[in-house]
Amino acid sequence: MAQNITAIAGRGVPVRGNDIDTDRIIPARFLRCVTFDGLGEHAFEDDRLQLKEQGKTHAFDDARFQGAKILVAGANFGCGSSREHAPQAIMRWGVEAIIGVSFAEIFFGNNVALGVPCLTASAAEVEALQSAIEADPSLEMSIDVAAATVSYAGTTLQAAIPDGPQRMWTTGQWDATGQLLDGASEVKKVAASLPYISW
Amino acid sequence: MSERTLFDKVWDAHAVRQLPSGQTQLFIGLHLIHEVTSPQAFAMMREQNLPVVYPERTVATVDHIVPTEDQSRPYADGLAEEMMQAIERNTAETGVTLHNVGSGNQGVVHIVAPEQGLTQPGMTVACGDSHTATHGAFGAISFGIGTSQVRDVLATQTLSMTRLKVRKIEVNGELGSGVTAKDVILHILAKLGVKAGVGFAYEFAGSTIHDLSMEGRMTVCNMAIEGGARCGYINPDHTTFEYIKGRDHAPKADKWDQAVAWWQSIASDADAVYDDVVVYNAADIEPTVTWGITPGQGLGVSQNIPDVDAFEADDEPLVREAYAYMDLQPGQPIAGVPIDVAFIGSCTNGRIEDLRAAAAVCQAHGGTVPVSVKAFVVPGSERVKVVAEAEGLHEIFTKHGFEWREAGCSMCLAMNPDKLSGRQISASSSNRNFKGRQGSPTGRTLLMSPAMVAVAALEGKVTDVRTVTK
Ligand code: SF4
Repeated sequence: MAQNITAIAGRGVPVRGNDIDTDRIIPARFLRCVTFDGLGEHAFEDDRLQLKEQGKTHAFDDARFQGAKILVAGANFGCGSSREHAPQAIMRWGVEAIIGVSFAEIFFGNNVALGVPCLTASAAEVEALQSAIEADPSLEMSIDVAAATVSYAGTTLQAAIPDGPQRMWTTGQWDATGQLLDGASEVKKVAASLPYISW
Repeated sequence: MSERTLFDKVWDAHAVRQLPSGQTQLFIGLHLIHEVTSPQAFAMMREQNLPVVYPERTVATVDHIVPTEDQSRPYADGLAEEMMQAIERNTAETGVTLHNVGSGNQGVVHIVAPEQGLTQPGMTVACGDSHTATHGAFGAISFGIGTSQVRDVLATQTLSMTRLKVRKIEVNGELGSGVTAKDVILHILAKLGVKAGVGFAYEFAGSTIHDLSMEGRMTVCNMAIEGGARCGYINPDHTTFEYIKGRDHAPKADKWDQAVAWWQSIASDADAVYDDVVVYNAADIEPTVTWGITPGQGLGVSQNIPDVDAFEADDEPLVREAYAYMDLQPGQPIAGVPIDVAFIGSCTNGRIEDLRAAAAVCQAHGGTVPVSVKAFVVPGSERVKVVAEAEGLHEIFTKHGFEWREAGCSMCLAMNPDKLSGRQISASSSNRNFKGRQGSPTGRTLLMSPAMVAVAALEGKVTDVRTVTK
């Protein structure tokens, strides 16, 4: 069984904007690979380059946010393709948990399987958190996965995590393969009951 | 919670058990793999010493990285070559069928499976690709999955899943001339937005949907994911059965009637209960084009780019970002926007009917693509290419100034040599207009139907196809 993920503590990195798709998180040219190694340095590559050209700095390039463990994102984060390369790149950059307004479904599911808790909060709460981090990048935050809370600067934010994934993370069952393998005999029965299997 | 919908029936038939996590272990009837999202899954299998349990229920092809011009091996791109070798080795070692380039059966995974009759009503389908939603056109429940889940399916033929809610999206009435399945789904996305589908399966219903061919239905379901819905489906009917009949993997002889009876039984009941229902009118749908950076930012071709206050306050930053990125102004008509590249292909619109529609526009228009525009047609599969060539479509395209290519994903996502460069703007029959999607980090994409791409190519600018085909 995988390890229990109950608490994450560290600094935050804010990535503002809604509907940030997986093509932006990891552009397709970095999908030409047979392992996920090395993807971390290319997270948000094109957004980073573009901001650099405009004389601005993406949070992932900003020296103040290096070493951060908690990504704070907007709504519908991770929409678009199913590429696990996207959460892999974010995780390999150093992120251990994500707080957002909402997550695209496949992206969320991929993070379940990777053991990266994703919490949701209202747009106003997320914006307040992003502003707090920007004002003080050294701000230490802590996430309690079982309580779905985020504590920082003396305040505690009640966030949300769906029950199933919450249990999977906190009880070390987020790597589903083992549980699925345990059901092998029932799987055979279901396969036998489906008419199309024998057509 | 929904009841007696196709989704509920298919889910219940495939539910193995409830997992300790509270999720459902769901049997997967058809697993499709391609070269981009499978190598890491096979590596995990090796590391954990796990065998592929039902190798006959997984089918592989190659599409994303395959060049559409020079296909000689080894590929010029060493990384692409490495990925090809990985899937060749992984399938050979595990006994999974691979439809490789040159086999006559290769193509975009979501085109290959339906054309071989692999996709059938009542199945659960999974693939490491978000456009797996396409297979729902047959009344299958189909999910795009990540690579760790590809490993789970290889190792157990099941997935750990949370049940979805069901939203019925009804479209009724007859489509106007020049209005296609692509316009229907772009219209739905413009109305519902790109987030509304999170947590839902979309059931597309109504007379407009059921009047569509299977190819049109696939176009609609293909883009359910762009609305945030992980899966979209259409109840199987006579059109579905006629399409499947006689295909390589279709049930044969005495099994056929048994199959049709089962397929009919899994359709949503007349008194099925939905979590939500929305209704649209076919008469309100024009040829539709996207102007922004999400597939939901679309409008009728006769309309002007909307002002920021036409959107919810929440969307304002994204709308402003879209104007700036696309270099388009609110109030500007979308018709007349000049294009540099025209791409006809992809799992959304790379099937034979799509190519026929585009070729018909070329003939009705009569002109040729101006030198300022690069236009190319990429058949969705080797089979589509054979049929198109037998009908002489390739000659029509080349005569009118389009390039004719080999099968693959091509410039849909540009993991192969087909890419936009710099700020080029493309008219594209694909499914995503995300920033950087077509290979240039600053490239721009206007999504539209294949017929609309064809006329845009010939005119060098966004043009209402109805001015050409009366
Ligand atoms: S054609 Fe485009 S959307 Fe379809 S599978 Fe290929 S890359 Fe994905």
